[in-house]
Amino acid sequence: MKRLWVLLALMGALAFAQGNTITIGLTVSKTGKYNVESVNQLHGIELWQKWVNDQGGIPIGGKRYKVALKYYDDESKAERVQQLYSRLISQDKVDFLISPYSSGLTAKAAIISEQYGKIMVATGAASDSIFKLGYEHVYQIYTPASRYLTGTLDMLRAADAKLKKIAIVYEDSKFAKAVATAAKAYAQKKGFDVVLFEGYPKSTTDFGPIINKIKAAGAEALVGGGHYADGATFARQLYEQKVPLKMIALLVAPASDEFAQLGDAALGVVAPSQWEPLVKYQQTCGPSPAQFTKMYQDAYGKLPAYRAAGGFAAGLVLQRALMDAGTTDPAKVKAALDAMDVTIFFGHIKFSTDPASHGLQLGHEMVQIQWQKKGGQLAKQIVWPLGAKTADLVYPIR
Amino acid sequence: MPEILASVLDGLLIGLVYGLAAIGLTLIFGVMDVVNLAHGAVIALGMFAVYLLFGAGLHPYLGLFVVALIGLAFGVVVYLVAVRPIINAPPLMTLLSTFSVSMIIIGVGTAVWSTSPYNVNFPVTTLRILGYTVTSARLVAALAAVLVTGFLYYFLYRTTLGKAVRAVANNREAAELMGIPSQQILAISFGIGTALAMLSGALIATLFPFTILSGGIYELKSFVASVLGGLGNPTGALFGGVILGLIEGSVAPFIKISWTNVIEFVIFVLILLFFPTGLFGGRR
Amino acid sequence: MKLFARPFFWLIVAVTLLYALLPTLGQNVTLRETLVLSAIYIILAANLNLMIGYTGYVNFGSIVFFGLGGYLTLWLVGGHHWGLYPAVLLAGAVTSLLAFLLGIGVLRLRGAYFALATIGINEAVKDFVANFDPWGGAEGIFLPFTAFKAMGGPGKALWTVYLLIVLVMGLSLLVAYLVKRSKFGLGLFAIREDEDAAMVLGVKAPLFKTLVYSLSAFLPAVAGGLYFFKNGSIIPDEAFNLHLSIEAIVMVMLGGQGTVTGAAVGAALYERLRGLLLTIPGLSNFHLVIAGVLLLLIILFAPGGLMGWLYRAWPRLRRVLE
Repeated sequence: MKRLWVLLALMGALAFAQGNTITIGLTVSKTGKYNVESVNQLHGIELWQKWVNDQGGIPIGGKRYKVALKYYDDESKAERVQQLYSRLISQDKVDFLISPYSSGLTAKAAIISEQYGKIMVATGAASDSIFKLGYEHVYQIYTPASRYLTGTLDMLRAADAKLKKIAIVYEDSKFAKAVATAAKAYAQKKGFDVVLFEGYPKSTTDFGPIINKIKAAGAEALVGGGHYADGATFARQLYEQKVPLKMIALLVAPASDEFAQLGDAALGVVAPSQWEPLVKYQQTCGPSPAQFTKMYQDAYGKLPAYRAAGGFAAGLVLQRALMDAGTTDPAKVKAALDAMDVTIFFGHIKFSTDPASHGLQLGHEMVQIQWQKKGGQLAKQIVWPLGAKTADLVYPIR
Repeated sequence: MPEILASVLDGLLIGLVYGLAAIGLTLIFGVMDVVNLAHGAVIALGMFAVYLLFGAGLHPYLGLFVVALIGLAFGVVVYLVAVRPIINAPPLMTLLSTFSVSMIIIGVGTAVWSTSPYNVNFPVTTLRILGYTVTSARLVAALAAVLVTGFLYYFLYRTTLGKAVRAVANNREAAELMGIPSQQILAISFGIGTALAMLSGALIATLFPFTILSGGIYELKSFVASVLGGLGNPTGALFGGVILGLIEGSVAPFIKISWTNVIEFVIFVLILLFFPTGLFGGRR
Repeated sequence: MKLFARPFFWLIVAVTLLYALLPTLGQNVTLRETLVLSAIYIILAANLNLMIGYTGYVNFGSIVFFGLGGYLTLWLVGGHHWGLYPAVLLAGAVTSLLAFLLGIGVLRLRGAYFALATIGINEAVKDFVANFDPWGGAEGIFLPFTAFKAMGGPGKALWTVYLLIVLVMGLSLLVAYLVKRSKFGLGLFAIREDEDAAMVLGVKAPLFKTLVYSLSAFLPAVAGGLYFFKNGSIIPDEAFNLHLSIEAIVMVMLGGQGTVTGAAVGAALYERLRGLLLTIPGLSNFHLVIAGVLLLLIILFAPGGLMGWLYRAWPRLRRVLE
């Protein structure tokens, strides 16, 4: 055993001496509106880099390649993204790309990566539309918006076969609107009566008017939301106004740990999440969910959020493709990504190869979490899919 | 029907707080013809001031008094640094200088607090009155807005200093000839306007979560409310705020919420075009 | 034509060529992406200057033209399969016409009232577009990849668009220069100094103001069309970003309002400054503060901007640099 380690270390040192490095370029929103999420994602990517380099690098065709990261601050602004991705490609000569955080910024970066035929693994971008524009080199890690709430609705149907009236209320942003529109169609297919389907402006802090409408429409369950700030406020005001809803499912916000600060208002709120530390996927490559969680905790002293997991997953998917291809030749790596069908700690990963939706994530599924009281403490529990659950769904909540 | 009533009542309560914010803006304009583009940033400062005081153990409603004093002092400083040297320059100059103050506040605020949301988490009770559900925080915020306005009126009409402020607002040269130290009065007025903005921010912080950028939306609402009431007219601004709240509350049941802003801004532009002195007559 | 005898005309040509050739010669994409922002800023500043610097009307919402141009273009190209060239020209014309109609109304307002109204217009249009489903509402418009293929693939398309944006930049400077040297421009300057007196002297102030407002909308709208085509997508928040509008005012002030050179230099400097602040670690959190302090210092101590200072130092410069 010891000899193997020495050998590995030697090989690693050798690889390093030969200067075999793969450089991965990206932009990070160190400032601006996405700074928290984006830096979180970067932590995941950096953890992957450390993890892979500690093993001596990525074994590709008999050689080991160290991973180097090159990134700039995009200020969460679209106009910087194209400038910086061009720079990464033409000046810094990076080999592969990872997307910025958010669908909006990823769409801008995708045009540049496509222009040069550079492979870009997109994490933190759940939009479907980017992958329906005819791009050939962009690959999505997240479950796309169109499938974001389908699990939630399946769960609701399983919990209550008689429930009819649901309200879908969403933030007027690209992401939330796409999710809500897809959820509406799915809800109707499942036999729900969507009594209210409405967006609220991004900066909304006063949900009074919306809540009055939910009451007036007589909705029995609510799905919707948008991002963190609005979702937290919405949940709080729903609680204060004592709206009699049997289930409340909101995007994004309840999946964050900060949501616990809402206290009783958080209780019972459901959220779809890309990933949770408690998931039990049987990975076929890379670390297990528990190993990843431990690594992350050791490095950053807190539980990983799904964005960090997505960052690590992006790196791992790229690594897997390189190993499968056995070469760094972009065309071969692209072929490996197209053919990929693996389960990692993040879940099942498989990309669409249909020209009309190339790169769209087909494999990965959302898990549903619910805030429940456990020993007097608020905690997230996985309640769906049934195979992965850590607790039963509490239903109805009010 | 009760839902519509509930919606209108909600609008009325929040409208009073919009009104308070608008008074801060309109008072400064009325006295010195300066449109304070730092208004939104100052509102956000009020939010963070009450948040920090709350963190230090002060109840938000007691914190309001401290916030008012901080606002007064901060306003005087802003006036002396950024407004006084160019008080007689074309309006573009004061627009830009107050905007640069806004950039500085928001820049420092972003560096310190990032743009993540903050909450003033204090216990709120929910009241039920004839089927209408309302939180105590909303009632108190509306009441506080009315009380502060009443106090402002007492100050403007019953105290010597307040009368001096009105005199300077009416005619600065004449007031100076009467021996009123107009520069000091202008500084104090700017301070009062800033204090009102910070107070309204503090009240909003007791209702909703906020970020350093949250002031922007209330700044726009303050513009709309003060233009509705006639720029420079404090009573008008309060009513402008109430009208704005009532519009939000009464149209909400009938249209998609996201159209409310469109309606507000269209009304804003139309009022500017056809009733530039506002619905209640302003000071031009 | 007398225009060709003017050194300033040749200066504009030289700057435009410099912008066009610098990145093209070495096929330097990074430089291109830096210069494209610089060129966009110059376009916005030069056209805004027509309102602020020449006419004395503070348009806080000038970005609404840029955004509308972008939306119209992407809607025509993406939704109706128009070519880029006719689409941007129509977008420019329609935006300009809208500005004319709008101008008849809002230009009756003066000073702070006009400034507030322009903010209101931008916000109203932004919120309207966010609700307007034919333009994708809050989701915006995404261009299909075929739109780039029609122009020889995205690589070639982006170069073409870059050169077009530089052309629009050159035209903006030229228009700013021609207006300044014309009788029309003289009328505008008279309005800036004293609108009522100008009317007494026979300047048709309402017509002049409306025309210049409409003119200041055309090239920014074309630039918006090109820029968002290059981005491949457009959403309301990016298109009608009030902040960029106000940054454009900072650029004009920085360089010196009312001067062609000032607006251009101010814009280019501002872009460099921002880029610099962002790349210096530790300062990137404070770039807004630094920009704010800079603006305040200019207003308090150098209201004429860079050009004002240069003119005072070398009065003869006034004749060369307009």
